[in-house]
Amino acid sequence: MAVRKDCLYAQTHEWFLVEGNAVTIGITKFAADQLTDVTYVELPEIGTELAAGDSFGEIESVKSTSDLYTAVAGTIEAVNEALADQPGLVNEDSQGQGWMIKLQASDLTSLEKLMDAEAYEKFTAE
Amino acid sequence: MQQTPLHGFHCQAGATMVDFAGWQMPVTYEGLVAEHHYTRQHASMFDVSHMGRVEFSGTDAEALLERLNTRPIASMTPGQSRYSHMCREDGGILDDVIVSRLEDRFLVVCNASNRAKLLPWWQQHAAGLQVEINDRTESTAMIAIQGPDAIELMNELLPIQIDDLKRYHFRAGNMFGNEYLVARSGYTGEDGVEIIFPARFAETAANMLISRTAGMDRPIKPAGLGARDTLRTEAGMPLYGHELSEDWDPISAGQAWVVGKDKDFIGREAIDRVRANPEKTLVGFEVDGKRTPRQGAPIESDGQAVGVITSGIKSPTLDKIIAMGFVPPALAEAGTGVRIALKATTLDARVVPLPFYKR
Repeated sequence: MAVRKDCLYAQTHEWFLVEGNAVTIGITKFAADQLTDVTYVELPEIGTELAAGDSFGEIESVKSTSDLYTAVAGTIEAVNEALADQPGLVNEDSQGQGWMIKLQASDLTSLEKLMDAEAYEKFTAE
Repeated sequence: MQQTPLHGFHCQAGATMVDFAGWQMPVTYEGLVAEHHYTRQHASMFDVSHMGRVEFSGTDAEALLERLNTRPIASMTPGQSRYSHMCREDGGILDDVIVSRLEDRFLVVCNASNRAKLLPWWQQHAAGLQVEINDRTESTAMIAIQGPDAIELMNELLPIQIDDLKRYHFRAGNMFGNEYLVARSGYTGEDGVEIIFPARFAETAANMLISRTAGMDRPIKPAGLGARDTLRTEAGMPLYGHELSEDWDPISAGQAWVVGKDKDFIGREAIDRVRANPEKTLVGFEVDGKRTPRQGAPIESDGQAVGVITSGIKSPTLDKIIAMGFVPPALAEAGTGVRIALKATTLDARVVPLPFYKR
């Protein structure tokens, strides 16, 4: 399954697009497929401070609920308001219009633990 | 992780595979909601080969199964199937099963997750009896064809007549030397059949059902475990590990109807004690708002924890959030308002009659 080459990936299936200190986060197509049709995404308030490894929200599908995690510490700058009415964007365009949060990172060193696209594709093929 | 005889079929069809009870199973093909609607409107094919299929034969098979099952077995006639529970001495539900009576033996279909513990339990109770227990799970495959078009389509596709088959009855047939059983049963709230055939014939059979209807207006399409779960939840059917568990009995699970009145079986005394004074029962809920409560979510009334959610989904058919859960009998009346606690919020819900959906 092809994933974006310009992102980093967590074992919990979130993707991280890093542009300077701004990090955009969502979940991968692999994760969205496993969840099945997404019905609701609970996202944090702007200004929320998160540590690396914190849950930043919950995602509900027709059949299950899962936590969402950030691998990067930082402050929430924006959340994807479109998901409130169109949670299905996570299924349709997981690494585009289905993005979830943007945060201003306070420490980028934890990104070293993440996988690149190639490693993530291998990880999900296992 | 085990693969069903239909694994190649799933991969070819582009299914998303998940691990379920030790098996690699398709959770979706096209999409859960699409597969759910297709089953309610037309006909879908589900691979349920992960479920256990175990034969009981010998002169004491009937007596053993009568003792193991909460529902009567001896009164069944060949060609008949019966849904039943099997319990421990303390009434805890070991599994829910379908027992089918053939001419010379019985077939028990059990949950995939419970097969490993049931086999030694059965052997233990068969000690000293003339019973042979043969696990046919891996040498056979099982598919379910479910939906309002299922019977008509399968009646044309199968070489034997099935449209006159009564609910919970089955018939044996033979296709290219492969013996199979067709039962009019299912786990979706729709009419349909479940078919058991030799594992080596599984892929051929599945491809045949799909390809021979492909040109029709409403072909049979594959559907995954995801839709199977939302379909059974709408139909108010219990699922082992959710509504059913060793930690409680059939009465507490809201399944009093499966407890035979005039028969003896393992767990009978404990279950009779619960029946006299039940502490909880199973009810359905309609939930306000957009969020879905899941298994384990506490149910509250007047600020007090009174029960727990067992299953919750966003119902594709009703377009509402629905859930099942346990409450004390005093709170089981339709219309009773409760609150359901999620991590950071609380949802308003009302008790509604089960099932949520009836065809």
